[in-house]
Amino acid sequence: MKPTETDSTAVDWRGDSASSPDVTRRERLKETYEARVRTPALVAWSDWRTRFGLLIIGGYVLMALVAVLGLWREPSTSQAPRLLGPFADMSYPLGTTQSGVDLMALIIHSTPTILILITAGAVWATLIAVVIGTVAGYKGGSVDRGLMSFSDLVMAIPGLPLVIILAVTLNPENPVVLGVIINISYWAGLGRSLRSQVLTIRENNYVEASRTMGISTPRIIVKDIIPNLMPYITVNFVFAARYVMFASVGLYFLGVLPYSAQNWGVTLNFAYSNGALFSWQAAHWLLAPMIAIMGLSLGLILLGQGLDRVFNPRVRTRMAGESKSTVADDDDDTVTEVF
Amino acid sequence: MVNYYVRRTARVFVTIFLVASLTFGLVRLLPGGPFTLLRAQLLRQGVPADEVDARIANLQNIRPDEPLWMQYIDYMTALVQGNLGESISLGEPVVSVLAKAAPWTVFVVLVSTILVFVVGIFLGSLQAYWEGGRFDQVVTGVSISMMSLPFYVVAVLLLYVFAYQFGWLPTAGTISNSVDRSLSLPFVVSALKHSILPIVSYTLGAAGGQALAMRGNSIQVLGNDYVQVARLRGLSDGRIATRYVARNAILPLYTGFLLLLGFRLGGTVILEQIFSYTGLGYYMITALNANDYPLMMGTFLVITVALVVGVFIADLTYSRIDPRISAGESDEAY
Repeated sequence: MKPTETDSTAVDWRGDSASSPDVTRRERLKETYEARVRTPALVAWSDWRTRFGLLIIGGYVLMALVAVLGLWREPSTSQAPRLLGPFADMSYPLGTTQSGVDLMALIIHSTPTILILITAGAVWATLIAVVIGTVAGYKGGSVDRGLMSFSDLVMAIPGLPLVIILAVTLNPENPVVLGVIINISYWAGLGRSLRSQVLTIRENNYVEASRTMGISTPRIIVKDIIPNLMPYITVNFVFAARYVMFASVGLYFLGVLPYSAQNWGVTLNFAYSNGALFSWQAAHWLLAPMIAIMGLSLGLILLGQGLDRVFNPRVRTRMAGESKSTVADDDDDTVTEVF
Repeated sequence: MVNYYVRRTARVFVTIFLVASLTFGLVRLLPGGPFTLLRAQLLRQGVPADEVDARIANLQNIRPDEPLWMQYIDYMTALVQGNLGESISLGEPVVSVLAKAAPWTVFVVLVSTILVFVVGIFLGSLQAYWEGGRFDQVVTGVSISMMSLPFYVVAVLLLYVFAYQFGWLPTAGTISNSVDRSLSLPFVVSALKHSILPIVSYTLGAAGGQALAMRGNSIQVLGNDYVQVARLRGLSDGRIATRYVARNAILPLYTGFLLLLGFRLGGTVILEQIFSYTGLGYYMITALNANDYPLMMGTFLVITVALVVGVFIADLTYSRIDPRISAGESDEAY
């Protein structure tokens, strides 16, 4: 919600009221900070899912920092005894692989790339979805029909096979490009559901007011429509991130994506194809990357669910008892729940 | 109403046409053009240039010396006639390879997707009825942890435990080699045994997600006025649960089916590789590793067609669940 918080001061509804000259810019900033950042953050933090999810993700960010700052050794072959079990030697806490690579190093040093990849993919998917969904929903008519036909077409192409073909074609090494490619068609579904929400939002009085005042379409979309969608967008950002991780690790596991360094998927692939399946001794080699994957996606899911709880008026009012927004939000819900 | 069905059917063909065009374009984008590698190989083996051209033309119905639009028309005409070219690595027509592979993929995806919905809807509605209770909490916890495991991790784990360590289930393939490929009891038993692990690993995580979604929807529907009114009217609990709550709670899930099916059909690429399950996804990766572009593009096209047809069927049956669709607001529905 960062981007809206600074410049929303200018066109905040308060800005038009008679009392506005008395309110200093600083006060207004403070007010928006309270309403847009502090309160939601407090509500979010009060839910254990969000707290737990944020803690887990924070842990992964720390891990990435450890890798970037070089606080843990780089993975290399024969740096340790082969196939050491986990916790057998505390300098290699997760054990080692068949070729004597420290598993802990492998896991830690893949984190930065994976995090960049996830962020890039999620940003791309949500950005495109927001642009297409809001424009289509707000403009309606032939623009709507055109954009929605296009996203229907994109939805009709199975995601992973397309990603595989694109990955082979373009051979991207850069994690940012790779993240975008993996989520190349993810936006379609999200865009569609955003559009159906915009269809109800655009009927609101304040949108109509803005329109009669002659405010330009992009401005209405940014100031009047997107802030309403922000909760939904945030939640779906998290889910998009989770999808990128699942897909990217899966494709690395298949050996389809080009890679220059180790990562969880590649480690899993090596374990899988080097016979870790055949003996219990090598189980940790399979399990270590699996747990790394599972941990991050658990963090993302919890965060997503927690945020959903915070933002979704239906769930929130149910938790807090009656509230003034219950009645008003009832008919939005059918649309929200499309996903 | 007729209009809706006609438009919907037309869209199927338009989509398939566009995706076919896309594959044509992508083949040209692939590293070094479509058949540079093969051409170089054949030339090195001393095959005369004319013959090389002829063979390559045969492979993907493309004559390299023609202008691009001619190639495009040739390619599309061949597609319409059901000719997807010839696989380089397997030396068979792509169509016959895929005809053998497709039933397995459709089987696994169909069975697991149905299971996902049945299990998800069942668990989710029970959770909603006992909201906040012990059952609800346990199932929610299990669902969330299942969702955080990607299906391929589940697949590798199951394969490791049940196939390699305990040896209860086969490790690879669609049926065992000793069984005749004809419709008989041993064939069915063998096919089922081979498909248990892929289906289970493909069902668990997704079912958790559906259960959570169903739970949320049901809770929301339960709070609606018409449910209260139905209670006041003295309708039986069973009738309220099925006709009033379940029906309305399932509706949003059904619209999500479109995306779910796409992800699931695409995901077979990974799933089938793990179990060496020779379906469409398996051949796609095989083709990829062998630089077998005709097979790769053929698989891509067939997976897409399967998805488009699946969504088409889902759309047509949608009006059975949601009568509002046939009332005319067809396009706003999702």
